[in-house]
Amino acid sequence: MTAMLEMRNVSKSFAGVQALRDVNFTVEAGQIHALVGENGAGKSTLMKVLSGVYPAGSYEGSILFDGEERRFRYINDSEALGIIIIHQELALIPLMSIAENIFLSRAPSRFGVVDRNAVYRRTAELLAQVGLRESPDTLVTDLGVGKQQLVEIAKALSKKVRLLILDEPTASLNEADSAALLDRLLVFREQGIASILISHKLNEVARVADRITVLRDGRTVDSLDCRIEQVDEDRIIRSMVNRDLAHRFPERNVAIGNPVMTVENWSVYHPLHTARQVIKNVDFRVRRGEVVGIAGLMGAGRTEFAMSLFGRAWGYNISGRISLDGREANLASVPAAIHAGLAYVTEDRKQLGLILADDVRKNVTLASLRQVSDRGVIDDVVELKAASDYRSRMRIRCSDVYQEAGQLSGGNQQKVVLSKWLMTDPQVLLLDEPTRGIDVGAKYEIYCIINELAEAGKGVVVISSEMPELLGICDRICVMNDGAFVGEFAKDDATQEKIMRAIMRNVRMSGNGAHDSEVRAGDGAQ
Amino acid sequence: MTDKTVSLPETPKHSGFIKNNLRNYGMLLSLLAIMLFFEIVTDGTLLQPVNLTNLVLQNSYIVIMALGMLLVIVTGHIDLSVGSVAGFVGAVAAVLMVSYHVDYPTAFIVCLLIGAAIGAAQGYWVAYFKIPSFIVTLAGMLVFKGLALAVLQGRSVGPFPPTFQKLSSGFIPELFPSAGTLYPTSLLIGVVLAFALVLASAKSRAREQSHGIEVEPYAFFIAKSIALAGAVLYFTYLIASHRGLPNVLVIMTLLIALYGFVTRRTVIGRQIYAVGGNAKAAKLSGVKTERLTFFTFVNMGVLAALAGLVFAARLNTATPKAGLGFELDVIAACFIGGASAYGGVGRVGGAVVGAMIMGVMNNGMSILGIGIDYQQVIKGLVLLGAVCIDVYNQRR
Repeated sequence: MTAMLEMRNVSKSFAGVQALRDVNFTVEAGQIHALVGENGAGKSTLMKVLSGVYPAGSYEGSILFDGEERRFRYINDSEALGIIIIHQELALIPLMSIAENIFLSRAPSRFGVVDRNAVYRRTAELLAQVGLRESPDTLVTDLGVGKQQLVEIAKALSKKVRLLILDEPTASLNEADSAALLDRLLVFREQGIASILISHKLNEVARVADRITVLRDGRTVDSLDCRIEQVDEDRIIRSMVNRDLAHRFPERNVAIGNPVMTVENWSVYHPLHTARQVIKNVDFRVRRGEVVGIAGLMGAGRTEFAMSLFGRAWGYNISGRISLDGREANLASVPAAIHAGLAYVTEDRKQLGLILADDVRKNVTLASLRQVSDRGVIDDVVELKAASDYRSRMRIRCSDVYQEAGQLSGGNQQKVVLSKWLMTDPQVLLLDEPTRGIDVGAKYEIYCIINELAEAGKGVVVISSEMPELLGICDRICVMNDGAFVGEFAKDDATQEKIMRAIMRNVRMSGNGAHDSEVRAGDGAQ
Repeated sequence: MTDKTVSLPETPKHSGFIKNNLRNYGMLLSLLAIMLFFEIVTDGTLLQPVNLTNLVLQNSYIVIMALGMLLVIVTGHIDLSVGSVAGFVGAVAAVLMVSYHVDYPTAFIVCLLIGAAIGAAQGYWVAYFKIPSFIVTLAGMLVFKGLALAVLQGRSVGPFPPTFQKLSSGFIPELFPSAGTLYPTSLLIGVVLAFALVLASAKSRAREQSHGIEVEPYAFFIAKSIALAGAVLYFTYLIASHRGLPNVLVIMTLLIALYGFVTRRTVIGRQIYAVGGNAKAAKLSGVKTERLTFFTFVNMGVLAALAGLVFAARLNTATPKAGLGFELDVIAACFIGGASAYGGVGRVGGAVVGAMIMGVMNNGMSILGIGIDYQQVIKGLVLLGAVCIDVYNQRR
C-alpha cells in the first residue's frame, strides 16, 4: 500500500515552548490510524498543522499528500483535498436543521437561490450513509451528542472526504453510540476512506486501529502496526508514559498534620444541563503540610470540583459538607471562601486569573484590598510596598510593578496570580494546572513555592495533567474520572503506569456507571 | 509581609517619564490647542469673561453626566437613556414646583430619588439578568422620552421659582462687596484652590519620595505646579471679572473632585475598574461584580437627574424636547477622554476634558457662525479621530 499522507520532520513551537519535535507521521489509503498520547503530548497541534489551522511557514518540516508536497495556508486548502477534521467541540449551529448545517456554505443552488429539494435529498442520502435515522429538517439542538457527531461525519462525507480526522469523537458518547461510531469507521475503511483517530479510550483504539502512533512531549516515540503484532492496552500505556524525568523536583521536609479541609459527599450539577451530575458524591481530604494531587483526563471534573469548593464559583445544586480545621464551613460565595482561607488559582490565567490591561500591582492586591486600605481608601504607599514585596519574594520578572500584566511571560503571569492568592493568607490552596504553558525554569520556581507553602503548614491541592509533576511534588495522588475519585495512591506507591491504568480502566467503564475501587490502594499516610 | 528588602527602581528615567505622561496629558494638550485655535480665530471672544461663564453653564450638565457615564463605560456597559432621564426628571420637577407648588428642596430631593430609582430599575436588568445594557437603556430612552411627554402633556411648563433658577443661573454670594468690576470672594476661592492643589501634590510627592517611590523629576514637578496654579488663577480671574463663580461650577468642581478621588483612591473605584477589565477574574477574586454594576447604574441615574434639574433651571422651563441627544454628547465626552469601549479603562479627568473639548468646539464654532449642520460633521470627525489616535497609541 502506498502512503496517502506523509508528514516529515514536523516541528512547531509556541513562544519558546516546543510543541512538536521532528514528528514523522504516515497514513496509508484505507487505514485507520490512531494517535494517542497524554494531554499536551502534541496530538491536537499535529492535526492543526495538517489541516492548515497553523499555516505553512509557521512550522518546520513538510507535508506530502498523494505524493506531492502541500503547503496549506487555510483550512479550505486541506478540505479541498478531502482532509476533513472533526473537532472535539462540535462546530454545528444548534438552531439550524441538519440539512442547513451540512450544506452551510456549499448549498446546491441556481443563481444563488438555494435548491431546497436537492439539499433535502442529498442530506437524506448522507444520513443513510452514516446510519442516522433522522429527518433532514430536524434541528441540531434536538439531537443528542452522539447523533450530532454523526451529523458532523455526514457533513464531512458531503465534502468528498478522503482522510477523516476525529479528535476524541467518543469522549462524550455512551458505549452503544461509541460502538456505532467505530463501526462506521470500519465501513469507511472498506470504501477507501482513511481515518485518523485521536482517543484516550485505548480499548477502542486497540479494537479498530490498523496502526497506532504514540506521541510524547511532542515526539513520535512509537508506531505500532496492529496487523503484525497483537497490541494491547498495557503495551500502549507503556509507550505513553515511559519517559526519563527531564526536570527535577525540589526536596521538601514532609510534616503532615491534622486535616485542614475535609469534603464529604460533595455533589455538583452542571449549571446549564441541570440534570447532569458532574461531581458524584465524592469525599476528599487534605491535611496541613500535605500536597495532594488530583490526576485525571480533561473533562474528568477536576476543575469543576475545585471551583465548586471555592465559594460555589461553578455549578448548580451543590450539596455536601466542607469542614475547615474540623469545623463545618458554609462557603456560599467567593468572598466567604476567601475569608475562610481558601484560594483557587485558575488553570486559565488569562481569562479567569488576571486583568491583563492592569498593572502587576493592581493584580496582586485585587483580592486583598482591605489589607492596603483604610475605611475604603487605598493607601498607595502601603499597596506599592505590598506589591513590590511579592515581586521580589516570588521573583516576578517585570520592569516595575506598574508594568501591565499582559506584557509578562506565562511563568511571570502565573507568579502574579500566585502572589494575589498568597496575599490573602490562605490555609488551603487549590492550584489548577499551576505550571501549564510555562517554561521549565519557572516550573521549578513554582514547585519551590508549593513546597514552602506546605512546609508553612498549608494544605495544597494540585490539579495537573502532567503525571511526572504530580509524582514529583505530591504526597498523595487521587485519580478522578467522570466526576468521581477512582483511585488513590501514596507517594511511594504511585507510578505513572498505575495512575494511567486507573484512568483508562475507568474510561472504559464509564458510561456503565461502574467505578473501579480495587485500585484504591495504599493510602499510606492515613 | 516579609522582612526582605523591597527592591524599587532607583534611577528615574526622565525621557521615559515624559513619554509616559505625554499620553496622559495628550487630551489636555489637545484641549489647550483647540482653545488657542478658537481664541485666535474668534479674535479673543472665546476667553472673554462673559463667554467663559457661558461656556461653563452650557456644559455643566454634560460634565455632570459624563462622570456617571465614565463609571458605566468603565464597567463595560453603556447608558443610552441619560438624555431622556434628564428630560423626564426636569419635567417632573416642573410639574412638582410649578403645578403643585412643592417647595424647592423637597422637589429637588424627590427628583434625585426618582433618578436613583430609574438607575436601579435599569441596573437590575443589566447586572442581575445579564441583559445587554445597550438594549435595556435603549428601552429606557424610549420609555422616559415618552413619560416626559406624558408628564408635561406635550406643553412647556415654567417658569420655575427664582430660588430654583439660582441652581443654574445663580452665582455665589459676594462677601466683600467692592466698587470695582472684580468679585473678590470668587478670586479668593480661586487663590485658595490653586494654593491647596499645589500643596497637596507637593505633600504626596514628598511622601512617595520618603518611601523610595519613583517620582517625577523636580523640574517637571515645578513646571507642572506653576502651570496648574497659573491656569486656575487665570481662569478664576476671568470668571471673577464677570459675575463671580456660578453655583453650578462649584457643584461641578466638587463632583469632579469626589469622582476623581473615588476612582483613583478607593477600594470601590479599584473594583469597578477590575469588573470592566475582566469580570470573571474579578468575580473569582471576591469582587461582587453584579452589585457594583448595579450601583454604577444607580449612580448614573442620580447624576442624570441632577443634570436634568440643572438644565431645566437654566432654561427656566421644562420642555418635552429637553435632554434630546444629550446621551450622545456625554458618551462622546467619555470616549474622547480616553475611555475604552471594552471597559476597564478611562479616567475622570479624561471625561471632563472630553466634555470641555466638545463644549469649546460647540461654542467656538457658534461664535464663528458655522451652521449646526457642519458643527455636527466636525464633532463627529473629532470623536472618530480622538478614538483612532487612542487605539493607535495602545497598539504601539
